[in-house]
Parts: sequence; C-alpha cells; structure tokens
Amino acid sequence: MRIRLLIAMLVAAALLLPHVQPWLKTPFIMALANGLAVLGAIILIRAGQVSFGSAMFACIAGYAATFAARLWQWDALALIAVGTTAGALLGALVGLFMVRYRGIFFGMLNLAFSMVLFSIIVKFSRITNGTDGLRLPRPTIAGMQLERDVYESVLLVLAVGAAVLCGWLVQRYFRSSAGQTLAAIKTNETRLEYLGISPKRVFWVGYVIAAALCGLGGSLFALTQGLVTPEMGYWVRSAEIVFIAILGGAGHALGAFLGAFVFEFAKLYLAAYIQGAWQMALGIVLLVIIFAAPAGLFGLFARYLPGARANATSPITKGARP
Amino acid sequence: MTAPLLQTRGLSLAFGGVTAADNIDFDLHEGECLAVVGQNGAGKTTFINICTGYLKPTSGTVTFDGHDITGLSSRLITRRGLCRSFQIPQIFTEHTVRECMLIAASSRSSSMSLLRPMEQSSFAAEVDDTLHLVGLSARAHDRADLLPEGHRKLLDVAMALMLKPRLLIMDEPTSGVSSEEKHTIMETLMAALNERRITSIFVEHDIDIVRRYATRLAAWISGRIAADGPPQDVLRDPEVIRNVIGEQ
Repeated sequence: MRIRLLIAMLVAAALLLPHVQPWLKTPFIMALANGLAVLGAIILIRAGQVSFGSAMFACIAGYAATFAARLWQWDALALIAVGTTAGALLGALVGLFMVRYRGIFFGMLNLAFSMVLFSIIVKFSRITNGTDGLRLPRPTIAGMQLERDVYESVLLVLAVGAAVLCGWLVQRYFRSSAGQTLAAIKTNETRLEYLGISPKRVFWVGYVIAAALCGLGGSLFALTQGLVTPEMGYWVRSAEIVFIAILGGAGHALGAFLGAFVFEFAKLYLAAYIQGAWQMALGIVLLVIIFAAPAGLFGLFARYLPGARANATSPITKGARP
Repeated sequence: MTAPLLQTRGLSLAFGGVTAADNIDFDLHEGECLAVVGQNGAGKTTFINICTGYLKPTSGTVTFDGHDITGLSSRLITRRGLCRSFQIPQIFTEHTVRECMLIAASSRSSSMSLLRPMEQSSFAAEVDDTLHLVGLSARAHDRADLLPEGHRKLLDVAMALMLKPRLLIMDEPTSGVSSEEKHTIMETLMAALNERRITSIFVEHDIDIVRRYATRLAAWISGRIAADGPPQDVLRDPEVIRNVIGEQ
C-alpha cells in the first residue's frame, strides 16, 4: 500500500467517523492539535535535539488567540493566524538563545523557559486570571456564527486540512537542502562549519518552524476547548509531546499524527477503565515501543509502504532506519 | 613573482609549556602542491588548524589571497576558498554519499531552499561529475557510514571539492588505509586537483607518496619549519633525515 493511499484513507476516516459517532469530534481535533505540536518536536529530533519545553509555544498561542478574541472579537481563522504567529515570534526570540546549546542543556533550558512562562501567566493573574485561565468566547468562522455542533465540525475540517498541509510541507522541508542540513547537525556539526554553513542559523530556522507548528496546535486546542489555562505550557504537556514523538516515530510526519491519535484514545480509554493508573499503562506502552519498535508506530508500518521515506530515527536510537 | 596565495608571518602558538608553532614564516603560491612531513607532535596539524580557523595563534598573522584571515571562524575562512579535509574523515554518517555531496554543494547558495527537494538541486549534475572524478559514482546511494576507510577519505575530500576551493589542505589523506590503496587514493586525488586547478597542501608520513606527488616539501620539527623546498633537496637535509625520516 502506498503511503499516499494510507493518508487518504486516514483523512477520510477522520472526517467521516465523527458523523457516525459525534462524540469523536473533540478527541479527533485534540489529537490533530497535539499532532501538529509533535510535528514541531520531530523537526528538532531530526537535528538530534529533544525539547522539554515545546508546550510554551502552544500556550502562548492559546493566550494570544484568546486575548484577540476577547478584545477584538476576531474570526477563528484570524485567531489561528494570531496564535501561530505568536508561537513563531516567541520561537524566533527564544531560539536565538537556544541554538547555542545541544543535548541535555538544550532540553533543560527549553524546560526552564517554559516554566518561566508558566510562572508569569500564573503570577499576572489580574490579566491572565491565574490558574483558573481565560474563557475564549466562541468566535465566528469565516464570518459565520455557528452552533456548537457545526462549529466543531468546521474546526475538525480545519484541523484535518492543517494537519495534511503541514505534514506535506514538513516532509518537503525534510527533503530540502535546509532539512537535510538540519539532519546533518545530528551527526557532524563541526563539518558543517568547515563547509561554510552556520549550523546555528540552520537550527534556528528549524526551531522557529517547530514553534510555529506548536503555536498552530495550541490555537486549535484553545478554539476547541474554549478555555486557556497555564497548564497548556506546563512541563508535563511538553513531556507528552516528546512521548508522542517517540510513540509515533520521527521518521515521517505521519508518525506525529499516528502517535497523537493512539495517545489521545489510550488516555481516554485507560482513564475510563483503569482509573488512577492510566499513566502507568502509558509508561508500559512507551517501554514496549522503545524496546520493540524504536522507530515508533510509523516504523512498524514503513516497511509495508513503498512510498515512505522513513529515514530518520527516534531520539533514542541513533542511526536505525525502519 | 605573484603574491602568495597563503602567507603566514611570525605565527606562534603554545599549549602550556609546549610550543606547537614557533614563529612560522611561510608562503604558498598558486599551483603548488606542498607536502608537509614531521613526526607526531611536530606541529603540522596545529599549523593547519590555525590556518583554517580552528585555533587562534598567540601571535602572528595568516593572510589568504591578500586578506588577513587571522582569528576568523572556520566557516568564514571556508567561504573565502580555503577548505580542508580531515585525518579522520568528517562525513555525515546518516546520509548517503550523494546527500553528503549535495549538502556540501548547498553551502554555495546564498539561501538554502526550504521546500525544494535537495535531489532536484541545481548542483546535482556537478555532484555527479565530482563523484565520477573521485571514483565514488557506484557508491552514490550507499550510506556514508557503510563505506570502507579509503572511500570515506575520498568522500571527505570530494565534499571539500564541492566548495570550489582556491586552496585545499588535506590532513593525512592516506592514513588508515593499506599501502596499495594509498597510491590509488593519491592518484585519484591528484588527478581531481589537477583537473580543477586547485592549489593543495597535504600532510603525509609516507615518504614514497611525498616523492611521487608533491612539487614542494616542508619538514616540521618542534613547531618550526626545519627545511622547505623541492622534495629531493629536503629529503637530503641531515636534520630532516635525523628527525623526520630516521636513519636509513
């Protein structure tokens, strides 16, 4: 089966299943929003770096969209653009500092920045309403004021469209000179310098793209929930993004969404059936993935997909190709 | 006589109490193929590392093509046309041979494409030509980490060739390969350098290789150039025989 056919089938399922089972709309949108953030994490993994602070970009995007909605009653499409831009701008700023570090220092400094943002949002409660968060009033979409059910259906279509477009663009980026050079940072940054290339600049571009994708995911999340809280930027959310990236596999953009859907539904069902211990079950799933399928869920499928270009690795296995 | 392509004046560097470069005055002109010999620790690689920006000298200047490049970063020096290869080949181990070459070539673009597939790069034909030139066409789609050492050495140099250097410095291009393979590698490299008219410096321990391929020889002893000139003259120098070649 070719990968494009598989993606078409998954897109059709994502659009049609919620019409049969309407309760699926919200978890599907959440999974797609998470998948977009994971797509950003995968870009960094290509360079051999793991960030434990990606959620800060989703958080800033959610708050930016919420403020714009509350202050100016902007349309949902404009709010998505505002959120994505806010994520990218914060990424551009933080990235100037981050691109100087690698490995554990990169991961932990990202975490530190995300916790600074978390604390600022909590402390400035007069503006942000602290840990209670801010309600995002349901905006119009393309000028139309919609009922909740239709609103969610349109958001689902937007989320699927964004996932397909961003997935395609990220795959193009991976195959481009910039993307291949980003991957070369993982194996030989020194040589890049001796080729006249600035690894910091290449990594900064990747970092900003990753932040923009997290911002897009955060905007969709905020529009779906109708509420933003500092929890969106808490380190646990960043760790979930890394978890999903390992679960889905970093070899292809599709891995981000496979991982996000499995994570969303595993969390949903495990929380319902084994209350209080669902995190343990997810941990066991992660251990099984690390040992049995180090290239993630996508890696399991890749060998049956002639069109798949699964040439990257998980952050835990250097050099393994599915 | 034309101005030297590479010139150093009073170049010195010490690591603690060890002098790795001792007031080196050196000129290299366009078209020369200089071999550098010396025992381990004599300062050969230190000299290369200073010229290519990896180390900063304690004193002295490095001039390349009329411009002072002392203290510039390796990236900026490379972009001026002074490139190098390494004793331990520096390649991208998770990329194919062709991808390594395309990444090297992409550094010549003013801006890297974010969406255009690298294999459709305008450098693709040039990459194929260069791979043919160094005899790696058959391995183009193999992963670089699967290459034997000799092929890694060739790839390392071939990546530098993609930058169209004015001067290429090769640090021990034949180390770690069999004696039969050494000559094959040098024949291939010299043919490529001659075809592209690239001035070169290579560090070498094998005197047969030096005799055969170098047009000029510089012998390093304790951080200074003890003898410099035509290979046959330098190899007769008593100090060089005593300290570099060994009594024969």
